[in-house]
Amino acid sequence: MAALSAWQQLEPGGAIVRADTGRVRTGGWRTGLKPEADLPRCVDCLLCWLYCPDSAVVLDGTTFAGFDLDVCKGCEICAEMCPTGAIEMVPDA
Amino acid sequence: MPDLELLTGGEAVAHAMRQVDPDVVPVYPITPQTPIIQGFAKFVADGKAHGELIDVESEHSAMSAAIGSALAGARTMTATSSQGLALMAEVVYIAAAMRAPIVMALGNRALSGPINIHCDHSDSMLIRDSGVVQLFVENAQEAYDMTVLAPRLAEHPDVLLPVLVCQDGFTITHSAEPVELLADAAVRRFVGEYEVPHALLDLERPATQGPFAMPDYYFELRRAQVAALEAALRAFKDVSVELTRLTGRPLTSVERYRLADAETVVVAMGSTAGTLKEGVDALREDGEQVGLLRVVSFRPFPRVAVARALSIARTVVVLDRADSPGGAPPLFAEVASALYGSGTELRGHVFGLGGRELHPEDLREIVSREAPTYVGLRSDPCPA
Repeated sequence: MAALSAWQQLEPGGAIVRADTGRVRTGGWRTGLKPEADLPRCVDCLLCWLYCPDSAVVLDGTTFAGFDLDVCKGCEICAEMCPTGAIEMVPDA
Repeated sequence: MPDLELLTGGEAVAHAMRQVDPDVVPVYPITPQTPIIQGFAKFVADGKAHGELIDVESEHSAMSAAIGSALAGARTMTATSSQGLALMAEVVYIAAAMRAPIVMALGNRALSGPINIHCDHSDSMLIRDSGVVQLFVENAQEAYDMTVLAPRLAEHPDVLLPVLVCQDGFTITHSAEPVELLADAAVRRFVGEYEVPHALLDLERPATQGPFAMPDYYFELRRAQVAALEAALRAFKDVSVELTRLTGRPLTSVERYRLADAETVVVAMGSTAGTLKEGVDALREDGEQVGLLRVVSFRPFPRVAVARALSIARTVVVLDRADSPGGAPPLFAEVASALYGSGTELRGHVFGLGGRELHPEDLREIVSREAPTYVGLRSDPCPA
């Protein structure tokens, strides 16, 4: 757990700059399911990346490269959007 | 002899906006602010101002759009009055909390009800604690000067807050006076380029704006906002000195009028100060040692400057153009706090609600009243 900042250290308006966002691990909000990709079925259309309301879909250039479970909240939108059924929600061990 | 134009306060502010040439102006019309935005809209239509004028569907939307554009990286201005500010109030607090340097022209008008379109300061006082800067001007010239100054104050790195230039509805917004305008290029040079620390459209430095703050950070963020508003006093001084070099006209957080040997000092804000200066002059001719302290910056309130200016006064009379039912009127409360422990005799009166006029000759009677009163209130029936 990062130390809490004093009031003088905060960015104007409480803005969170990129250096700090990595510390916010909202993946803990998932309630039992996480996305899993069946890579042979993926066609790299990147709809999952486009529709992900966070930044949980990781790309390698323009190629799908997996999920960042530190920020994925298990909303299932990627699984709904995937046109080839390559994303499945599985129990979050 | 400077080049003078005959302009109302509203027209003068529209000219200041044309010269500042903001990138975005989301606005909704309301009396008595309308001439400001009508004038500016004409400048846009005629190609004399180049920003995006957004005709939003309400003042709530105006301030919401203003926050978005100011934080995206666009210099943003808006304008409103009375009920418009009331509808906007929720978002004004958020603009201050998000440290959005928006400049707003406010045509001060009484709040409903009963519905009324004339001047008092109740609309400003509604958002007294929102964390925005509120500067009250005395006349059309000062409304112009202050609107040129406002972007520099709002965007000052120590401040980054909305700045309201408050001018009395009708008395200033609609009354024509000779006004001296700066050259367009001089204003452009003075305001310079718009810059905010984390512009949303700066893709090199992405940031999250307006995050949720739980009990572990809310208090700290509010404290930082207090510091920013207090820093605005110093920033105002620095920026106004720079502007005065261009205009030759001083702009200060308080104005002292015939105070040097004053035994009785009247404290007021806005156009009424002009009226009271005449009253002070008349009383001075009769040998009465009366002076006026005009508060320009109501937020942040210049406590130290007020206490110092009033230190030699025996009696201080505060005139509020807004009431606080069940409590002390707002300007009175501030002055009382600044003078706490000084032993100065302090009196307060409420005047001018809903546009009720005050005349220079009223001052003689006002300074003789000891108990708190309502100046100009009809307590007995009288012929129309």
